[in-house]
Amino acid sequence: MSNRTIRILKVLVFLAALVPVAGIIWQFQTNNLGADPVNTLTHETGDWTVYMLLASLAVTPLRRLSPTLAWLIRFRRMLGLWAFFWATLHLLTYVLLFSGFDLPGAFTALRAGDLHTIVADWKAVWPTMVEDIQKRRFIQVGMLAYVILLSLAVTSPQWVLRKMGGKSWQTLHRTVYGAAVLGIVHYWWLVKAGNRAPMKDTVVLAVMLLARPATKWLQERLATRRKLAAA
Amino acid sequence: MLIGKAPEFKSSDITPREKFLNRRNLIFGGLAAAGVAYEWHKKMPPLYTPAVEASSKLVTVPGKFPPVSDAVTPAGKATSYNNFYEFGTDKGDPKANAGKLRVRPWTIKIEGLCNNPKTVDIDSLLKFKPLEDRTYRFRCVEAWSMIIPWVGYPLAELIKFADPKPQAKFVEFTSLADRSQMELPGGFDWPYKEGLRMDEAMHPLALLTFGSYGQTLENQQGAPVRVIVPWKYGFKSAKSIVKIRFTDKQPETTWNDMASNEYGFYSNVNPTHNHPRWSQAHERRIDTSVFPKTIATLPFNGYGNEVASLYNGMDLNRYF
Repeated sequence: MSNRTIRILKVLVFLAALVPVAGIIWQFQTNNLGADPVNTLTHETGDWTVYMLLASLAVTPLRRLSPTLAWLIRFRRMLGLWAFFWATLHLLTYVLLFSGFDLPGAFTALRAGDLHTIVADWKAVWPTMVEDIQKRRFIQVGMLAYVILLSLAVTSPQWVLRKMGGKSWQTLHRTVYGAAVLGIVHYWWLVKAGNRAPMKDTVVLAVMLLARPATKWLQERLATRRKLAAA
Repeated sequence: MLIGKAPEFKSSDITPREKFLNRRNLIFGGLAAAGVAYEWHKKMPPLYTPAVEASSKLVTVPGKFPPVSDAVTPAGKATSYNNFYEFGTDKGDPKANAGKLRVRPWTIKIEGLCNNPKTVDIDSLLKFKPLEDRTYRFRCVEAWSMIIPWVGYPLAELIKFADPKPQAKFVEFTSLADRSQMELPGGFDWPYKEGLRMDEAMHPLALLTFGSYGQTLENQQGAPVRVIVPWKYGFKSAKSIVKIRFTDKQPETTWNDMASNEYGFYSNVNPTHNHPRWSQAHERRIDTSVFPKTIATLPFNGYGNEVASLYNGMDLNRYF
């Protein structure tokens, strides 16, 4: 595939990835975030983090299916950064809404130049978040997954890769598997016992992870066969 | 600034009840007509009658308890954001799927340790005592809350009618579990069961509930009859009840069986006893605002004056 086609495709993929963002903005503007928008936003941003993460993990196994799909790799960074984007929104939803922080009130106070109210509200909700991080394992794994995604995002530019050296960069970026697993664990630990909502994401992740050893094994077998045929 | 521009949720935004119901009647009425024609053609008894009995107005008397001062949650929110796992685990699922629930004919079996075991019809139960308006705080274990005007009469009236034997110490509620009307997702041991201690069930605040907002309950709210126990987390208030049983032993209850470390048998609203996964000190109050405000949770959901004495001498952190 030519560089030009890939550049055009990249723009199209980027625009497609904007659709869910537009969807949420539209839901907000038309008052369609449901009875509990905090809950809706938390779930939607969490879902899209996982979807983008799974999409970025799908690149390698898809690429291995055929040498003609090698160009897919050029989309992986973008998908990973979209996962980071959604994870950041997810974290912000937690910090600025789920925590109990009065975000609309903060905007009103900001317009009135009343910073005192904002600080007071922040001080009131801060202990809840500290307690969450200290005590609640689903929060802990979620935070850890975010730290991983953050470190991958800041090391994603080409010049950082060159500076770090390919080998150590790759080692660091393999922690993305850890982030994906932690994300799914975060989901399972969040839902009530018996609720199987995270099952679909779990199955897809399992396929992504198993596809790697599977394709490797297949390629090795093909290589041996070719060698034998040549001999 | 996106957030600042948000329009307030206006009551005029809610689909008027008549319109909503007409639409539903039209759909279900049409379906029913088509179904009847089809079944008649096949000369077979209809297998499935859609729920044409959409909610209707109830005649009520003012309740015994003063209404809460907080703003009532809009009906549109209270009937679109429900936990009714029989219809699916997402909070939008009950509204989407509960149309299949047939609320007539409906009977409630009263059994166990009582002198008057009986199967009662929903319509005679509805007329048994005057229906009261009771506006209660409703606190979900997931740390959100609503203010809902319920319609019903004290559960104590039905219990007195059943005339429990002296050895009866608990009341067990069984909800409908019918695969032809419900999704009944895997992972749970259906039917849903809940229970109360006899003195809790006899408390005047415990309401045998037939309606909300002056109308019969929407299916997704647990039609045609449920209990509302306002000082406990919402899951204690069993929906779509088909059986009430009196027992001498603490009954097994669905959530307590699923995760006893998270959901105790008592499950009184208690801001000092945290759920393992989140704090119970606060709640998001779902009202008319776009983004619900987080407010402090009150012990016994604010009904401490009325019910705290039921638990005198009990360690509420042990019996959470």
